[in-house]
Formats: sequence, structure tokens, C-alpha cells
Amino acid sequence: MDTNFTIIGGGVVGMSLAWGLLKHGHEVTILDGDDGSYRASRGNFGLVWVQGKGAKAPHYARWTRLSASLFADFVEELTETTGIPLGLQQNGGFDYHFSEESLARTLATYEKLKQDLGADYPFEVLRGDALRKEEPTVGPEVQAAILHHEDGHLNPLKLLHALHKDVQRMGGTYLPNHQVVTVSKTDHFTLTCANGETFHSERVILSAGLGALALGPSMGFVTPLEPERGQVLITEKLPPMLNRPSVTARQVDEGGIQIGATNERVGFQNNTTTRGLASLAAEAIRTHPFLAKTKLVRSWGALRIMSRDGLPIYQQSPTMPGAYLVTCHSGITLAAVHGKRLPGWFDQKDDAPNLEKFSEDRFRL
Amino acid sequence: MKTASGFNTIGEAAEQAALVPVQFDSKDYMLPEGANLAASLLAAGVSVFRNTPASGAPRGPFCMMGVCYDCLVEIDGVTRQACQTQVSANMQVSKPAIPAAALREDDHA
Amino acid sequence: MRETDLAIIGAGPAGMAAASEAANAGIATILIDEQPTVGGQIYRDVQRVAPLRGAMLGQDYLDGLPLARAVANPLISHIAGAVVWQVETDGTITYSIDDQSHQVKASRILIATGAIERPMPLPGWTLPGVMTVGAGQILLKQSGLIPNRAVLVGCGPLLYVLASQMLKANTPPLAIIETQTTGDLMAAMKHVGGALRGWRYLLKGSKLLAALKLGGVKRYTGARNISIEGEEAVTGVSFDTGGKRQIIACDTALLHHGVVPNVQISRALQLDHDWNGQQACFSPKLDLWGKSSEAGIFIAGDGAGIGGAKAAALCGRLSALKIANELGKLTDAELAAKAAPINAELSSECAARPFLDRAYPPFREALSPRDETIVCRCEEVTAGDIRKAAALGCQGPNQLKAFLRAGMGPCQGRGCGLTVSALFAEETGKPIAEVGYFKIRSPLKPITLGELASLEKDAD
Ligand SMILES: Cc1cc2nc3c(=O)[nH]c(=O)nc-3n(C[C@H](O)[C@H](O)[C@H](O)COP(=O)(O)OP(=O)(O)OC[C@H]3O[C@@H](n4cnc5c(N)ncnc54)[C@H](O)[C@@H]3O)c2cc1C
Ligand SMILES: Cc1cc2nc3c(=O)[nH]c(=O)nc-3n(C[C@H](O)[C@H](O)[C@H](O)COP(=O)(O)OP(=O)(O)OC[C@H]3O[C@@H](n4cnc5c(N)ncnc54)[C@H](O)[C@@H]3O)c2cc1C
Ligand code: FES
Repeated sequence: MDTNFTIIGGGVVGMSLAWGLLKHGHEVTILDGDDGSYRASRGNFGLVWVQGKGAKAPHYARWTRLSASLFADFVEELTETTGIPLGLQQNGGFDYHFSEESLARTLATYEKLKQDLGADYPFEVLRGDALRKEEPTVGPEVQAAILHHEDGHLNPLKLLHALHKDVQRMGGTYLPNHQVVTVSKTDHFTLTCANGETFHSERVILSAGLGALALGPSMGFVTPLEPERGQVLITEKLPPMLNRPSVTARQVDEGGIQIGATNERVGFQNNTTTRGLASLAAEAIRTHPFLAKTKLVRSWGALRIMSRDGLPIYQQSPTMPGAYLVTCHSGITLAAVHGKRLPGWFDQKDDAPNLEKFSEDRFRL
Repeated sequence: MKTASGFNTIGEAAEQAALVPVQFDSKDYMLPEGANLAASLLAAGVSVFRNTPASGAPRGPFCMMGVCYDCLVEIDGVTRQACQTQVSANMQVSKPAIPAAALREDDHA
Repeated sequence: MRETDLAIIGAGPAGMAAASEAANAGIATILIDEQPTVGGQIYRDVQRVAPLRGAMLGQDYLDGLPLARAVANPLISHIAGAVVWQVETDGTITYSIDDQSHQVKASRILIATGAIERPMPLPGWTLPGVMTVGAGQILLKQSGLIPNRAVLVGCGPLLYVLASQMLKANTPPLAIIETQTTGDLMAAMKHVGGALRGWRYLLKGSKLLAALKLGGVKRYTGARNISIEGEEAVTGVSFDTGGKRQIIACDTALLHHGVVPNVQISRALQLDHDWNGQQACFSPKLDLWGKSSEAGIFIAGDGAGIGGAKAAALCGRLSALKIANELGKLTDAELAAKAAPINAELSSECAARPFLDRAYPPFREALSPRDETIVCRCEEVTAGDIRKAAALGCQGPNQLKAFLRAGMGPCQGRGCGLTVSALFAEETGKPIAEVGYFKIRSPLKPITLGELASLEKDAD
């Protein structure tokens, strides 16, 4: 099969790019792995999250905020054509603190970032009755919360479903169970899959999550990626209880409360541990005591895709021009900007975003 | 013993445990202490134990062996499988609270 | 944390027999079950119920008494009312009693969690008043409850067992609507060589049928296009038979078309599983002793593959003997000597199985339900939704689950897992063995967050 763009990996990153490229009139084929492979897109927390992102890298903070600001349009387009509501809510989100010290530490970094961003970073601190008025279920141990008005959340599984549906509606070819094993280039790219099939393409995007580790170096990328495990809990469905999401807990559009997530460097193990799950439950109950009586329905572990400095990588291959590496650790939050702005970057349009700071040069120094 | 329900009870006297008060959805029942809660409610004429959180459809016990979760009820604030629960005196049982239909409407906005 | 040589999960025939065999060999055994008493599904509550209505329930039920009595052994500690919600490959089992979690660490684990009834998705099967035949049996055994105006729908010996018990209690079902055909019976006859060795079962089967006939219970066979009728509750069952549409009014419809292994724990442990084409289900990959693909973890009884109560007990004994051997309580020679008669009994016990499997095949309309039929009861996902998602190029059942929520509700796929895999295979043309199954994670049964949080201290 010959195609304009071949995308390796059909997670939220690959599918957002496919969606954007199709809108820009490209032919797109997506080659994806099998049902059992590591897939952060099916195990994540669903936050469209701004606060704290890029505390030491204002260009990342700007990029994240750009995506958050594009989200409403992005979701509206997707829902209109697919009929799948995504449960997007962007009324702000909380970061809860149990001590004044931890609050002060966090505020210091936010204030610094606010300066770097030209005083434009809309957050406030809520405590006492003011906090309980906004979020009545907060427990007595919570000292204060930082409310950032640009934060939000959505249903990440519905986002992935809608992207799949819309990509196929627009004529994209999606091929699951096509694990790419080699990529070579003559005047065009040739991709060979584990099942023996080959594909030809003008350009190739490597957005295979942790799968990029195996292919990246042969395609000329540094690929400094590592897995980071996150354990997550989901409860039975409840009537509306939480008004806003936090990094501790959020109420999914269907009613369940999602509780997350641990940050653990344990290699490629995506299992759960009793200790991990118990500590998540304890923290959530401390924040919202009513949760003690709520039933846990399922837990899981999923692997984040962490670059060495935690920031996204957008890089064209120095040895195979026309091949790109796209990877990030907040693929939900960045989905809108990936779908709406990256196509212009691939096509080197005048209004393309400047992504030099996200190149792999920072790792080659 | 003929009951108001769709079920016949064939228990002999030896089996008749003491009857204790239990509330289900604000109605009072006298049920045999220690007996299976789902069976006792069925025998007492209750057929709808819950409404599904997805569509609000009515459900009652289906498998009686803890597999299907269609017998879920709320007992003293915690949702439990009625078919895996024994009757005890003064149990407060109700249909589990479910997400309001409005919650799902909002998504479409 | 409490430690033990052997922990057995499930106190049905397999678990009870294994516990007493292990105890006889001098092994300290913990027997865990979520029911308040031992017995499992077939011998549920047998010690309490046998004196009350043993005669009506019949000899097959009373056969459980010696097994249950043998559990009273100082080396066996029976933990009742304990729901196992997590099993780890290092031998740690976490269970919940009255909202408190406890853990035990065993050097060997035997999973004896039995079977669940094969999901039977039909139009209307979620209405109140629709239950399974197994549920009907449990109500009768444990609570002495019989539905007044019931119709039995499906196929298999369990229909006849329940119908005859209801008949004995003077509340026969209004009708039995059976899905197997005369063709199935003819095809099954070619296994009759084997079945003759299992003649006891067949004889029992024909006796049951004769009793039902004498009692005037109406049977329809080869039923097709079955729908459960009703808006808010069951009002009847409609179906085609002999070229005619029939409707039978009723208050209760009891469904059944066989049982399948309960693989919740073995899947959560990610043990190897095979597709069993003959029984149309997944079962864990085991050696002749019930050893799984993970060292130290054994499986016996219907959870290992459907063989019935007698076979379950025999397999439980075999696993227990092998465990005793591994733990140095039996020499290889002793093991061989003790296992030989059990194996001989097992092979005659299993002789009727191929005949039964062929004579009462699962109902095709429920294996591949019509588009509008609900498949996932918890999340109310229809067969049509699943076919559409599969056509969209889902990678497999797990992606499909993420898209549709099928299998994400409180039952965690127990009620729809097999149907989802089957529909996916049908839609993509892939063999079901390759399609695979939902990934199962803990908790195996819901627990409160408060209970989970209380383990934080223990875990440190
Ligand atoms: C616990 C947890 C919580 C998170 N919470 C959030 C959050 O709240 N907000 C947020 O923005 N982000 C969050 N994330 C991060 C987010 O989920 C990821 O950034 C995003 O899903 C990454 O998507 P991806 O497409 O790069 O990778 P994946 O989802 O892993 O997809 C990669 C795909 O590539 C395929 N593949 C791999 N190798 C090959 C190959 N050789 N050939 C073909 N296909 C291949 C795989 O099969 C897979 O489908 C979270 C992550 C985790 C683990
Ligand atoms: C509802 C039903 C009714 C049946 N009736 C008959 C019949 O009348 N006649 C007949 O010949 N066969 C019948 N069968 C088949 C028969 O049950 C089996 O052949 C036999 O009981 C298998 O024995 P077992 O020991 O493998 O499992 P079971 O007898 O099923 O025992 C399994 C035990 O494991 C326990 N368990 C499961 N999961 C957990 C967990 N997570 N934590 C703690 N405990 C757990 C259960 O409570 C149960 O007691 C029936 C099957 C079912 C499902
Ligand atoms: S009736 Fe199925 S779980 Fe209780």
C-alpha cells in the first residue's frame, strides 16, 4: 500500500496526528500493535491539565495552555461528526494541600512561572468555607487548594473512540495487529510488519508510545524514553459528588470516581500492588472522606512514557528526513494541539509552531 | 405458605427463623433472621432491587451466586449484593443511588 | 501475615475433597469460601438443608454430605463468608470478611472456584423475573423458594433436574422450552460408545424425562427466535417451534444453556488458557494434576474445565496428592499408588461428557445474539454496538471494552466476556483463541475504599 503518511502507533498521540493530517488533506495509514501491548491511552487519568506543567520550562507551559484553549473546539468538531459526547469540562481543577509548607512550596513555583508568562497564569488559593462551598465533600484535613481556572478533564476512552471513528470517516486506514519491525528509506519509506506485510510511504511518524524505544534508534532518533508506572482506581457509579477534578480524584462523566495515580519507576511492569492501591485509597479518603464507603470496582496499572526531562519530543530524523518522532507524557492534554497545530509543522506552513526547543538536540548536547 | 410474591415457600417449621424488621425502600418487612436477603425480599414480593446507573432500567436478582451484580442494594450506605448478604434485624436497605439522568444529558451540551 | 502450606479457594466438591485429602496427608490447609457454609454450588448448605428437604433434592444432593463432614478436621481451617478479591503469584491471598481485609500467604494455592452459568443473552433477558436455572436451584436449596409460574428456557441436564425437583414440590414449571434439536441427539449418539461407560448418567437422564412426562410438564424442543416478553417485568416467553410462533405467559423465566469455568482468578493471575472447542469456553492450561502455568498454583473442579461434581471432587483429590508430594509428605511411589484408583474412577466419570456436550450444545442465538440484544448487562451494551466497534478495527476485546464499557461494570466481564470474544471473532474472522479475553484485574469483587485503605499499614 502506498500512502502520504504512515503513522506507527494508534494511541491517542498517533490518532490525534492522523486526525489533523486527514483534515489537511493527506492520505494517512495507521499501523498499530495488538490488544495486549502497553497502551497509556487506555489507562490514563483523563485530565486536561495545565497547573504545574512546565514549571521549569515556560515553553512547555505555553504549549500546554495553547492545547487547553483549543480543546473546546476540538471536542466540538469530534462530537459533531461522530456523535460521541466526550464529557469535556473545563471549569478549573484543584491541587489539594494538607500542609501550609507544601502549599507554600507549590505557590512559589507557580508565582515564578506566572512571571515568566507575563503575569498571565490564572490560579487562586481557596481555603476554609470558601473551599467547602466550591467542593462540599472536602475533608477536614485539607488545608487549602489551588484552583487553576484552565484545568479540566474529559473521558479519555471516548476521546480515543471518537478519534478512531472520525479518522476512518475521513478515509484514514487503520490497521490493528500490524506491529512494525523495520523502517528503511530509499526514495520512499518501506515499513515491514511482524506479520510480513510491507507498506510504502512518503513520510513516517513514529508515535508508538513506549514502542518507539525499539524502532527509534534505527531511524536516527535518540529516543531517551523510560516507562513510569501509574496505578489507578475506579469506583462504582455515583450521583454527582465532585464539582471539579483534582490530581487525586475526579468524577467521570458516567458517574464513577477515578482515583490516581502513583508515579513509580519499575521498568515494564504494569501490574498493581497492594501498597500502591491502598495508599491511593487512603489519600483519596483524606481528601473526600465520603469515599470510605464507596465501592472500588477495578484497579489497573499503566505505563507513562517519560522522556528524560519529562517534556514532549518533536523531532525530524537527521538520518532519514521525512521521518518524525512524536511523543509526550500528557497525550490527552496535548491532543488538541497535536490535532490542530502539528499538521502545519509537518508541512512547514508559515503559521507552523516553532518547536525547536522540543527537539532532541537537548539530549545530544 | 402462599405469599404475595411470585414464589412459593416450602420450608418446614424447623427452618422458620425468627422474623426481624427490615426496611426496603422505606417500606417495612418482617424477614427471617440469617436468611439470604435476596431470597427473602423475593419471597416478600420485591422484584425490582435496583435501577441501572446506565439507563435507569429496573433489575432484580438474576444469578443468585454473586456473579451478575443485578441484586445490588444499598445497605447502611454501602452497596452490596443482596444474594450474598444475610438478613439481620433493622437493616436499612434501599435501591442504590444512581447518577441522575441529567448527568448524562450534560455531556451532550 | 498468616502463613500456611496450602490455601484452597472455593469449598465446593473440588475444594472440600482436596482439603480432606491434603489434611489426611498431614498438610495444614486453609479453605476459603464466600458462602457462610461449605458445599459450593451443587451441595450448597448441604449440612443444614439435607434434613429439611434432602428427599426432594435427591441423592445427587445428599452425596455432598460425607464431603462436607470431612471438612471438620483439625488440620483444615475453614474461613467462611470470605470473599477473595486478590491473588498474587507469590502466594498471597487477600480476602474480605465483613468489610475487613485479611491476607494469608500459602506455599501452594488451589483454585476451586467452580463454574458460572454460560451467559444467555436473549431479547428481554435483563427484565426483573428473568433468572438462571442455577439461581432457581439455589433459591430452592438454600431458601426453599419455588417460582409459582415459571418457564425453563435453554438446554442441558440441569433443566430436567430443577424441573423434577419443582415437580416433587408440587410446583412444576409451566413448560420447558428447549433449544437442542433431534439432530443434536443423533450426532451425540456417535459418542454413545463412551457414554455407555457413563451409563449411570444416561439412565438417570431418561428417568428424569420419564418423570417429567408423567407429571405432565410440557416440553418444546428445537425452539428458535426466543424472546422474553414484558416491559417492566417478565410477562411471557415467545419462540418458534415446529414452524409455529408460540407464547407462554409466565412470571418467571429461568435460563440455562450450560456452565463454563469461572476463570476470574486464573485470568487475573495471567495464567495460560486454551480455547476448548468442544465445550465452547476458555479453560486454564493444566497438567494431569491440575498444575497451572505458574509454579505453586493448581486448579481443580469445574474451574479447570466442566466435568461435573463427581469429577470435581476427584480432581481436587489428585491436586491435593500432588501438592502433598511437592511438599515432601508423599513419596513418588505413594503418590502413584494413591492416584491410580482416582484416575480410574475419573475416566469412567468423564465418559458421558462428550455425549452430553454434543447432545446439549449452547444455543446459537445466544452465542451470536441479534444486534438489538443487550450483551453486557452492567453497562447495557448491545451486540450491535459490539459488532460496530469490531468493524471499526478494534485491536481486540480490551480496546473494544475501552470504547464501549462492555465488561467495565461491577461484574467485570463475568456476564459478557465470552460473548464479546465470540462476537469479535465472528466479526473479524479470527479464531477466538487468538482473539483472547478481557484482562482481569483486582479487586476480583468490589470492596470499599475504606477497606482497601486499611491495608496501607499492613503493606508497610
Ligand atoms: C496512569 C496514567 C495517567 C495518565 N494521566 C494523564 C492525564 O490525566 N492527562 C494526560 O494528558 N495524560 C495522562 N497520561 C499520559 C497519556 O496517557 C499518554 O501521554 C498518552 O496516552 C500517550 O499516547 P501514545 O499514543 O503516545 O501511547 P500509547 O497509548 O501507549 O499508544 C502507543 C501505541 O503504539 C502501538 N505500537 C507500539 N509499538 C508499535 C510498533 N512497533 N508498530 C505499530 N504499533 C506500535 C501500541 O500498540 C499502542 O497502541 C497518563 C498516563 C498514565 C499511564
Ligand atoms: C448455579 C449452579 C447450580 C448447579 N447445580 C447443579 C446440580 O444441581 N447438579 C449438578 O450435577 N451440577 C450442578 N451444577 C454444576 C456443579 O456446580 C459443578 O459440577 C460442581 O459444583 C463443581 O464443583 P467445584 O468444586 O468445581 O465448584 P463449586 O461447587 O462451584 O464451588 C466453588 C466455590 O467457590 C466459591 N468462590 C468462587 N469465587 C470465590 C471468591 N472470589 N472468593 C471466595 N469464594 C469463592 C463459591 O462460593 C463456591 O462455593 C451447578 C452449577 C451452577 C453454577
Ligand atoms: S443475583 Fe447475581 S450477584 Fe446477586
